[in-house]
Amino acid sequence: MSYADQLTEKDLIQMYRWLVLIRAFEDRVCELWAKAGIMELPHGSQGQEAIAVGACYGLRREDQVLPSLRTRGAFFVKGIPTRVQMAGMFNKRTGAAEGRTSSHHMGDAGRGVLVGSGIIGASITVGVGAALAFRLQRKDHLVVNFFGDGAAQRGDFHEGLNFAGVFKLPVIFVLENNGFAEMTPVSKHFAGPDFACRAEGYGFPGIRLDGNDVLAVYDAVQTAAARARAGEGPTLLECVTYRQRGHCENNPIATCREMSEVEAWRARDPIARMRNDLLQRGIITGEHVATVDAEVGAEIEDAIAFAEESLPPAVDDLCKDVYAAESSELVVGRRS
Amino acid sequence: MREITCRDAIREALREEMRRDDSVFLMGEDIAEYGGIFKVTDGLLAEFGPDRIFDTPLSESAIVGAAVGAALMGMRPVAEVMFADFTGVAMDAIVNHAAKVNYMSGGETSAPLVVRMAYGAGPRWGCHHTQSVESWLANVPGLTIVMPATPYDAKGLLKAAIRTPNPVIFLEHKLLYGKKGDVPEAEYVVPIGKADVKRPGDAVTIVATGLMVDRALGAARSLAADGISAEVIDLRSIQPLDEDTILASVEKTGRLVIVHEAPVRGGFGGEVAAVVATKALGYLDAPIQRVGAPWSPVPFGQILVDAYVPSEADIVRAVRATR
Repeated sequence: MSYADQLTEKDLIQMYRWLVLIRAFEDRVCELWAKAGIMELPHGSQGQEAIAVGACYGLRREDQVLPSLRTRGAFFVKGIPTRVQMAGMFNKRTGAAEGRTSSHHMGDAGRGVLVGSGIIGASITVGVGAALAFRLQRKDHLVVNFFGDGAAQRGDFHEGLNFAGVFKLPVIFVLENNGFAEMTPVSKHFAGPDFACRAEGYGFPGIRLDGNDVLAVYDAVQTAAARARAGEGPTLLECVTYRQRGHCENNPIATCREMSEVEAWRARDPIARMRNDLLQRGIITGEHVATVDAEVGAEIEDAIAFAEESLPPAVDDLCKDVYAAESSELVVGRRS
Repeated sequence: MREITCRDAIREALREEMRRDDSVFLMGEDIAEYGGIFKVTDGLLAEFGPDRIFDTPLSESAIVGAAVGAALMGMRPVAEVMFADFTGVAMDAIVNHAAKVNYMSGGETSAPLVVRMAYGAGPRWGCHHTQSVESWLANVPGLTIVMPATPYDAKGLLKAAIRTPNPVIFLEHKLLYGKKGDVPEAEYVVPIGKADVKRPGDAVTIVATGLMVDRALGAARSLAADGISAEVIDLRSIQPLDEDTILASVEKTGRLVIVHEAPVRGGFGGEVAAVVATKALGYLDAPIQRVGAPWSPVPFGQILVDAYVPSEADIVRAVRATR
């Protein structure tokens, strides 16, 4: 029996709810950006949500995730409150790092989210290092390292995957192949047959799968997780999906592509797909669907109200936390 | 007191910290079985085993990036990137990750790692294994940059570097590895951020780092024969910079010469000069003099390297220019 087959109806409904919440959050912040101009520029993951949900659902709290610039869903499934994320979009003190950094690359040590980087692909090696720590500490936790097809062309992809392969580290590389590196389509930045086959060169399995099928992603990640926890090393999962919006809200969606292509992929939307599947299997009803939509909508409006009422970042704290507190027996003379 | 080399002092610091704290581990290229190309880590594999010191692929970006990730998970990595010039390859992990995670996490998670590297010119190394990179990194908030000049300081500063929760760049001058000096057998730590007056004087202040400390002391001895009393300050770290010790000395001497091995232009000496010009201009009796390398890559071979690296004579000339 596959891992996905072992999910209960409750699990499936929860996964569906995550998908709806992530989509609603991102659609709403795109609206806010267009209308009022919130501080953080949205880099939407619309169309790709099944990867974050399938990969993060069922992880342990101690397992670490390192989201890409477009893995918004990982923050949700790992438990970062909607309010905190929204406050980050609004650049408020109640957001990430008291408003001193964007919500985009935020971390949360208690929930197992590692601080990311605005340098695409750079955090691949950092995730590998977290997996190295688990190995040295003899813990059976793992790291899920998300990045896109663009990041896979960085040198850090090679250094990080080779390093992880050499030491058989407990890390799952989740490559979100959404068809574009910013505005450039994969066909123009990649001459290979697929990304998954690269794993062979690093001595571990690489699998290409449908990234719009949340249960397929879940199954592949759980299989890779069992391997990682057993000390057998990393796995590369190339999750094929499609970015339904522009690179960010500054870029028109249709740049470098035909709208017919976008429409074709919208017809394969991961959320509608799961909804139809659950409806067909009788796990949810139309009433359920409406209830989830209403609950999610209320959660987001609450988060917006929270963000609007929150204080802006404190200018006096601009230089706070540049260094961690340390004993004067070790370091003296820090200055702002 | 016992005399040992800088190389042995650094190894002692590593060994003592590894014994003290199980989370301290070493990784880098050829540091375990071979013992490091400068033999700094020789013998540590036998004592600590392959989980505490291991060889990595030739991947400086992954070495430092993985050190950051491991540090975030509670380990205390000491990563070696062999030659400081390779910092260029690891720059993103140092500048955009190690230096920023504490800030980005709102103080929740810092990256307690040390990146050790050998820097400095020598005749046989060529332009990619010789650079003094401290200024490349000095403009990055979040970093701590240490440059010891003696075995005593190397050991004590490295122990502090390993223990602080913040990322530290630890620059070891390759021509100092064989230098001997007094190192007590008893446990001690030298706090980072405190400059050391290596020779007191009252007529001119010479501020120096790394190998240039010895050259400044040599210059001071020559000047003493001519009746000029030079005070030599070893910064020991440029980040944090011990402004107080510099300012107090300039208040006393009224003259300032700054010496480093990196090129003068854009070098850290400019920052020291700016601090003094901003906070102590009134004490100065003469323009500040800076001594450093010329505006060229580090050349190859003894003849050109001798011409490139500041000498005692260069420092003496700079001191005379303040008279």
